[in-house]
Amino acid sequence: MAGRRPGHPFSSRTASLLAFFPHLLLAILEGTVAAAVLALSALGLSLVFGVMRVVNVAHGEFFMLGAMLAWWIAKMVPGGPAIGFVAALVVAPLAVGALAFITERLLLRRINYDPEATIVATIGLMFVIQQLALSMFGADAKAVSAPFTYRIALPWFGFSGYKLFVVVASILILLGVWWVLAKTKWGLVMRVTQFDRETATAFGIPVTQVYSAVFVAGAALVAVAAVLIVPIQQAHYLMGLDPLLMSFIVVIIGGLGSIKGSVIAAVIIGLSDGIISMFFSPTLASIIATLAVALVLVFRPQGLFGVPAR
Amino acid sequence: MTARIVMLHGAVILALFLLQFVASDYAVLTITRIMVLAIYALGYNILFGYAGLLSLGHAMFFATGLYAAALGVTRLGLAVPEAFVFALVCGIIVSVVIGLVALRATGVAFMIVTLMFSQAAFLAVLYFGDITRGDEGIVIKDDQRNFSLFGDAVNLADPVLRYNIALAFLALAIVLCLVVVRSKIGHVLVAIRENENRTAMLGYDVKRYKLIAFVLSGSFAAFSGAAYALLFAYAGSTLASIQYSINPLLWTLLGGAATVLGPVLGTALMFLLVDFASGFTSASLLFVGVVLILLVLFFPKGILGTIRQRWLRWLP
Amino acid sequence: MTVLLETRGLSKNFGGLKAVSDVNFRIERGEVRAVIGPNGAGKTTFVSLISGRIAPSAGTILFEGADVTALPAFRRVQRGIAYTFQITSIYANLSVAENVALAAHQPGGKASLYPLERVGLADRASQIAGTLAYGHQRLLEVAMGLALKPKLLILDEPTQGLSDAEIDNFITLVREVAKNATVLLIEHNMPLVMELAHRITVLDRGMILADGTPEDIRANAAVQAAYLGTG
Repeated sequence: MAGRRPGHPFSSRTASLLAFFPHLLLAILEGTVAAAVLALSALGLSLVFGVMRVVNVAHGEFFMLGAMLAWWIAKMVPGGPAIGFVAALVVAPLAVGALAFITERLLLRRINYDPEATIVATIGLMFVIQQLALSMFGADAKAVSAPFTYRIALPWFGFSGYKLFVVVASILILLGVWWVLAKTKWGLVMRVTQFDRETATAFGIPVTQVYSAVFVAGAALVAVAAVLIVPIQQAHYLMGLDPLLMSFIVVIIGGLGSIKGSVIAAVIIGLSDGIISMFFSPTLASIIATLAVALVLVFRPQGLFGVPAR
Repeated sequence: MTARIVMLHGAVILALFLLQFVASDYAVLTITRIMVLAIYALGYNILFGYAGLLSLGHAMFFATGLYAAALGVTRLGLAVPEAFVFALVCGIIVSVVIGLVALRATGVAFMIVTLMFSQAAFLAVLYFGDITRGDEGIVIKDDQRNFSLFGDAVNLADPVLRYNIALAFLALAIVLCLVVVRSKIGHVLVAIRENENRTAMLGYDVKRYKLIAFVLSGSFAAFSGAAYALLFAYAGSTLASIQYSINPLLWTLLGGAATVLGPVLGTALMFLLVDFASGFTSASLLFVGVVLILLVLFFPKGILGTIRQRWLRWLP
Repeated sequence: MTVLLETRGLSKNFGGLKAVSDVNFRIERGEVRAVIGPNGAGKTTFVSLISGRIAPSAGTILFEGADVTALPAFRRVQRGIAYTFQITSIYANLSVAENVALAAHQPGGKASLYPLERVGLADRASQIAGTLAYGHQRLLEVAMGLALKPKLLILDEPTQGLSDAEIDNFITLVREVAKNATVLLIEHNMPLVMELAHRITVLDRGMILADGTPEDIRANAAVQAAYLGTG
């Protein structure tokens, strides 16, 4: 308003809002980055549960391995962070995928994808991977430099261009996965298998091979998420638990097996986590998210966007 | 038939009693710890082994007892016997509330919901660090643990006394387990595990029976936690972590789910194995992981479960 | 005779599909009632509503004059409505005797073997139920229904997969059961229905098409068109 002068009650309120705004913007930006990576890691878990009806508790350790490999590759490959980053983006998903392949063959297939036995076995796997990583890489946190250091200058603060790149990359990967599932023969095969194992077999779909592929794809996705995050968050042998629990939260709130639901839930959880963490405490944010998931599970077991189990 | 069941379990308790006269100081301490934690596993087995409900969050009940006892003694000024009662009551209340909510979920959802609740409890322990002292934990001073029982002064720092208190608690827990398992409740729990739908259609209130199993196992866990805090004078957040939710599952699986003595055997064996493994590796969790995988792959019924299947059909 | 069970305006919709639609049904004490109808007529849905396995979209269910519509399944079982599953649902890992003992609400105890004698399985009491032949598992299912001492025994396609000799035994068994219980039978086997049932209710597309004695039903042109086809 043209007539407003300094000292008017309106303007002091506006001033405090203005002071508050950068904090909120930063929280939203950080939350968006968290949401993007979360959506990617949760997608892997959701894909595996959706098609195979098993929960992979070692999912977080696949994430940790992806991050560790990214660090190791960055150290081994000469020619700067950008080349190391690209190499890690190729090698880490392949290596983690290979481990997932072996896990599927030697573990899940042998217990016939029994949901309970799978949980117990993958808990075991979680400890094994964690401890092997500890003895191979040590207990210290490992920093990886970002492939580029461009900072976006905002009026109030600078924001890492790499973080924005992570968001864009995640969106592209999510769109890619969605395209594969919705538009290709591969996606059709997966959806038929998800619908009913016996029907799929009757249609001549090699169910065990589909399972294998899905399990590997889920692990590769979470490894990609880890490679993307590791320049932002350091690699550590215990880093897997958090993404596992967060993925559980996202996948359950979004509805187990629903990709749309997972993405929406990742955005909700990522943003609220970012905001609560900034203004209150990260622990409180986790407590709230965890209780939220438990309550969703209880009162809407199929999740917000899932369909009830048949 | 009942006579040999009584004799077997009596013999186990007697053997544990006699062990204190031959065991080294270190062994006495270890066995005390095993006996306290075996109570936790015994309770877990009622829910997992008999009712067939896999909880990944029992650490929250263990921690409830642990902190209720520790805080009861250090902050509320309770005497040790009062602290036990207080912890047990807290355990019952928490497990009723959590049970009512968590049991609305079934299958994989139940496992994850218990994991989540327990994680929230663990985070709450850290969040309220002013009270719980977080990672560092609460150390109970000796004068806070001394009390008089029937006029006699009891000093919980005495290792032999501690051993026998733990043994008495364990014996009580075993007897209670036997009674529950051989009662109508125990049989209905097995029926629910085997075919939940059918059991409801035979006119059983399945939800109520599941809640009974849940609260029983939660109360055992809380009592075990209280005993742990008071006998070892310590309550720390590690004891509320996921690791402590997995432990009773591991012990029960190893010893044999749905056998009364299985969890006790499993707890003891796992302690021995970890002790043995720590001779050449610091990564005891690696060992835990390998054992879990091997059990699932090759030995799903555990030791006593296999023995019962092959030889001793009467084993409860 | 008095009315044992009555439904008023009972309906169940699955999405847009009306599986059961406005069914008014009565069964008298001591009756053997058959419910027949083509596949997808809503027979299993109908008895699932009565037993409480699924909740109705509309309507009420009265059992012995009391409204049981809101009661969960297990409470109805306690009141005397027993349901035997279409797909055999026994405790495969428990002994035959324990299966019956659970049904008699004396698990682990010494329950009467009488239900097993009735179906001719008494000599197999200690066998693990899952190792029984299919026909015997069906009979165990019926024995569990008997052990509940129900007022109303709902048998959902009990003879499916049984041999002719086993079916003959089954007819004798149902006649005996009917002496002190009411039987609601869903069955495809028409000769068996004609022989056993006092009255027959024909369901078609979720609605009652006809209701009457076996002779009435045999003579009913609408039923012949909808279900019996050639008659």
